[in-house]
Amino acid sequence: MDPHALPALLPALPELWLCGAALALLMIGVFGGDRSTRPLCYLAIAALLVTFVLLLLGPEGRTVTFSGMFVVDPFGVFTKGLVLIGAMLAIVLSLGYIRHEGMERFEFPVLIVLATVGMLLMISANDLIALYLGLEMQSLALYVIAAFRRDSLRSTEAGLKYFVLGALASGMLLYGASLVYGFTGTTSFEDIARAVSVPGATDALGTLVGLVFILAGLAFKVSAVPFHMWTPDVYEGAPTPVTALFAVAPKVAAIGLFLRVMLEPFAALAGDWQQVIVVISIASMVLGALAAIRQTSIKRLMAYSSIGHMGYALIGLAAGSAEGVRGVLIYLAIYVVMNVGTFAVILCMRRGQGMVEDITELAGLSRTHPMLALAMTVFMFSLAGVPPLAGFFGKLYVFMAAIHAELYGLAVVGVVASVVGAYYYVRIVKLMYFDAPTDAFERPIRGEMAAVLVATGVLTALFFVYPAPLLAGAATAAAALVP
Amino acid sequence: MIVQAIAFYAFAAVTLAAAVMVIAARNPVHSVLFLILAFFNSAGLMVLLGAEFLAMILVIVYVGAVAVLFLFVVMMLDINFAELRQGFLQYLPIGGVIGLVLLAELLLLLGSDAIGSIAPAVASSAPTPPINEVTNTAALGELLYTRYVYLFQAAGIVLLIAMVGAIVLTLRQRVGVRKQSVGKQLRRRREAAVELKKVVPRGGV
Repeated sequence: MDPHALPALLPALPELWLCGAALALLMIGVFGGDRSTRPLCYLAIAALLVTFVLLLLGPEGRTVTFSGMFVVDPFGVFTKGLVLIGAMLAIVLSLGYIRHEGMERFEFPVLIVLATVGMLLMISANDLIALYLGLEMQSLALYVIAAFRRDSLRSTEAGLKYFVLGALASGMLLYGASLVYGFTGTTSFEDIARAVSVPGATDALGTLVGLVFILAGLAFKVSAVPFHMWTPDVYEGAPTPVTALFAVAPKVAAIGLFLRVMLEPFAALAGDWQQVIVVISIASMVLGALAAIRQTSIKRLMAYSSIGHMGYALIGLAAGSAEGVRGVLIYLAIYVVMNVGTFAVILCMRRGQGMVEDITELAGLSRTHPMLALAMTVFMFSLAGVPPLAGFFGKLYVFMAAIHAELYGLAVVGVVASVVGAYYYVRIVKLMYFDAPTDAFERPIRGEMAAVLVATGVLTALFFVYPAPLLAGAATAAAALVP
Repeated sequence: MIVQAIAFYAFAAVTLAAAVMVIAARNPVHSVLFLILAFFNSAGLMVLLGAEFLAMILVIVYVGAVAVLFLFVVMMLDINFAELRQGFLQYLPIGGVIGLVLLAELLLLLGSDAIGSIAPAVASSAPTPPINEVTNTAALGELLYTRYVYLFQAAGIVLLIAMVGAIVLTLRQRVGVRKQSVGKQLRRRREAAVELKKVVPRGGV
């Protein structure tokens, strides 16, 4: 092939479009000033929608471009779709907040779009360098968004903490990547897969050490125990719609990357990384369940909840089978819907001077705002995994995959942890329905909030009626990753 | 050959000496100047290796930009370096022990065969430009803008995000600043600006 030929651009069309759109939005913002923030938010949502359509129109099957560094496959399409939905909904949720809290600066939607570009590149990475660049693009934009309320001490603290620990994780990941490159002689995922699958390759301790470092870096990004320390502080300090974004889009992208890295280049070393994943998964589930019990801030509670949920999602990866990957993808899809809904409720918790975040503020919500309380109840029961709500099915599929992979211990710990975890979710329901009401929230539900709440609530509650499209989509995506 | 060896030892010795002086110098400005010396000598080493592009980049980027930035920071921030240095001796024993343990572990690891066995070589698919025919710069460009164009552009976006982020977090719109407005100055007419008063002698204004 002629090295000077233009690489095939069509497979990367969604990313190229979104990138161009982000630059165009930036220009509009620069010339329009902060007054253009609201139109920019709408434009950003439109750009993400177009990306979503382009994604669905993309090539079928597996396509590789940019000299093998960028891969498009059904797995990528599924995860990217989830990321785009998460980012879109996060912008929708932030519309009211940024106006009330004086955060209307035009860079906000632009940075979210740029972070989304990074997430898409992460999911499509087929090379260690591409992986790192996608990850950095995403992280760098998110660090800034976390500290977006630069006059608030907590927001800047969250941003700084996220940045310092994120840089440390990136360092570990890079160190691991350099070891893998040194011991296999390549950065391309396909070549690494070939290098580690030849007999005797597992003797190379260097590759394994590199793999463990990469694992640690990725575990930080999905906030799995023991690399979870940043999560509660960042979730609490960041502005609430930003926390909603953090809880969904980057998590999905990081888990997608995690699955691809473990199951494509390092598939031959499954026996080695499986043990690590099992430990991380158990630790995350247990810590997520136990540490959340004593939390009083709803945002910290959601942080521990997300740590626990990442533990459940990793069960599917530990199984390492196509069924496990399908379970993870179903889990992620349901997780995104539940979390967006819960954060929509949290964003409705406004009273007088501003946002309130203590969970006791929810007391008696059933009498002051019955519909809001009903929606929250659905999300809490679903997060706890009570049948027949969507969250139950998410857990069901990963546990089934674990049992079929003969990881009985993991499945048992998972079930026990979800029973323990149910306590703090149900406590919120109890607060809302059985405790004396506090003051009503201020004009709680705006138009777009109501739409998000209804949509996510209905999807969560009635998932069991028609689960076929999600199951089929996840199965196709999983088949692309694990033949 | 002998000239090259002499040059190598000269550059290497000066680099090491300068590096030691960076941390040993009492005056922080001297530290930065020694850092610049170390950079220049490393650039010399690069030239000896035939990596002239890296050598030039080292001088332009590190000496021209980074070291000068350090110099600005050192001069502008009021950092009490004597105070920073105070804990140094106090932590030296424990730090030294940790360093020695790390060194011993690394030596043990290198001594064992386990880490030495590299995975069987894979036929690398990366093309190599004819390094003996073209200059470094041309060879790098040949790869950077063709095979690695995706990574090059992605790195560009990362830098753009860094720039936007820095502006978001630090730029403050100051109100009430009196800026020069050239248009306004030029629009000003004599009639609006100057008022002629007839002053009667000895009458006062």
